[in-house]
Amino acid sequence: MCRGIVVRKNEYHDSVFLMRVARRISEQENIDQAALFMGTEKNKGILIELGYPARELEAVTPSDLILAVKARDEKSLNDVLVNLEGWLRAEPGRTDLPAVRDMGEALSRQPLANLAVISVPGAYAASEAQKALERGLNVFLFSDNVPVEREIFLKRYASERGLIVMGPDCGTAIIGGIGVGFANKVRRGPIGVIGASGTGLQEFTTLVHRAGSGISQAIGTGSRDLSDDVGVISTLAALDALAADPLTNTIAIISKPPGPQALATLIPRIQKCPKPVIVCFLGAKKEPAPAGSAYQKVRTLDEAAALALQSITGHLPPLFGPDDTRLKALVSGEREGMNPRQRYVRGLFAGGTFCYQAQQVFMDAGLVAYSNAPIAGNHKLSDGSMSREHSLIDMGADEFTVGRPHPMIDSRLRRERLFAEAKDPEVAVLLLDFLLGFNASADPVGELAPAIAEVKGEVKKRGGYLSVVASVCGTAEDPQGLDGQIARLEGEGVVVLPSSAQAARFATLLAAHIRRRC
Amino acid sequence: MSDRLKELLERGPKAINIGVQDFADSLKAQGAEVVQVNWAPPAEGDVEMMALLDELL
Repeated sequence: MCRGIVVRKNEYHDSVFLMRVARRISEQENIDQAALFMGTEKNKGILIELGYPARELEAVTPSDLILAVKARDEKSLNDVLVNLEGWLRAEPGRTDLPAVRDMGEALSRQPLANLAVISVPGAYAASEAQKALERGLNVFLFSDNVPVEREIFLKRYASERGLIVMGPDCGTAIIGGIGVGFANKVRRGPIGVIGASGTGLQEFTTLVHRAGSGISQAIGTGSRDLSDDVGVISTLAALDALAADPLTNTIAIISKPPGPQALATLIPRIQKCPKPVIVCFLGAKKEPAPAGSAYQKVRTLDEAAALALQSITGHLPPLFGPDDTRLKALVSGEREGMNPRQRYVRGLFAGGTFCYQAQQVFMDAGLVAYSNAPIAGNHKLSDGSMSREHSLIDMGADEFTVGRPHPMIDSRLRRERLFAEAKDPEVAVLLLDFLLGFNASADPVGELAPAIAEVKGEVKKRGGYLSVVASVCGTAEDPQGLDGQIARLEGEGVVVLPSSAQAARFATLLAAHIRRRC
Repeated sequence: MSDRLKELLERGPKAINIGVQDFADSLKAQGAEVVQVNWAPPAEGDVEMMALLDELL
């Protein structure tokens, strides 16, 4: 094997684009590995860990582009390295957008602009957001790794000027019917939602859509907005906006449990809201809203969607009323063929919020799980890449995605893990999520389906049966098409439930059934 | 609610996209007006100094 590096000085491309190009390079014959990224200290460190010589990286700066390749022979290596320009140019699918050099020029092209969508590396993101706010733009800040002090400063600055900062670490919004970031195609309707989690917003909005209703606005706040440090600044701005929005009849708020001070700020504002409010604090203690509250409290995303729909239509749609007889038959059917050693559930999640929610569902069912991102009461895996007993893994966590694409846009990480889990003779159930929508993988199910078929086959050869349970977050109108994605999974013998929470509940039923038979 | 936020929610985004171009592409595919900024990190990459300057200015 041989390895080599090529550096292009002062050439910047965004990380999503570079990962796509790197993927195409790594798919070439005789190429074992290709990394293509900017020369930040973190990225240089990754390359040194991978065995590339540090001296070749000494002069590289964050403004420089690096291609690092491992190949099986010198010729294949050189063919790739000398053709970097070709690889960059050959990337298909770019639309012909008006492009400018800076925000000032952008505003002269689009003087009525009302939103800056910012996804530059975290170290630069706050500065760009500040520039946008100074020019009177609302901000959708996808970037993470923004220091909390700068988040607070930006949000206070925005609040004083009647603007909103969605983020940092904001994955999803739907504004006036247009999805921003990782969002799904949903119809417009009377339900507004505010969310600290992108995948939480995606699940809620798609469930509302699939039940026949629609979304007025989905406003992201960033993952830290409900902390005591940040103090619900963007959540309050969004709540006021939805309270005044003529299209919105019901409002849902989705978050992990807020800090005590943040909660004390938020609750009186909810109480004063003239519209019904549903609060979903994932991972909160199981307790109803205090008597006399003007809001309802739930703990899973599908319960939040169900209550929001009920407040509009007066009844619960079938999506949320699982048919117990069918479920019992399904559980019993999936149990058939398992051998006595098979006992455990392994959840491999693309959506961090789904991993979090699944842990809560497991805990409610009396099942303790291991995780790389455990909720209180669960165990932390000493090595996130090695599961044990029931394990629920956030595959989008930094430990897996530094220098590698997030599982929402590329399935390789999960595919590798799927094979690793299936080798464990104690594994009985694999629990998966799939996320559709704008900017997600073009075919998330198609990327994993052959691997699912293969691991099911391997376990069968060992004299067992591997149950695969999944949910697909999306709509029929998404670019990937919900129905085709579900049909492909069912074609591979996967049990597909209508929501991530229901898939987790099904996995707990199956685990309990297995335990009883043991 | 300010006019700027109200206008954003009522009319939908007229966006300036700084960073990942896929986000601009998907906005355009949905019919939104969007201008892409071809962003690049500051030449010397001195992020801490830039942050300090931001705070001073």
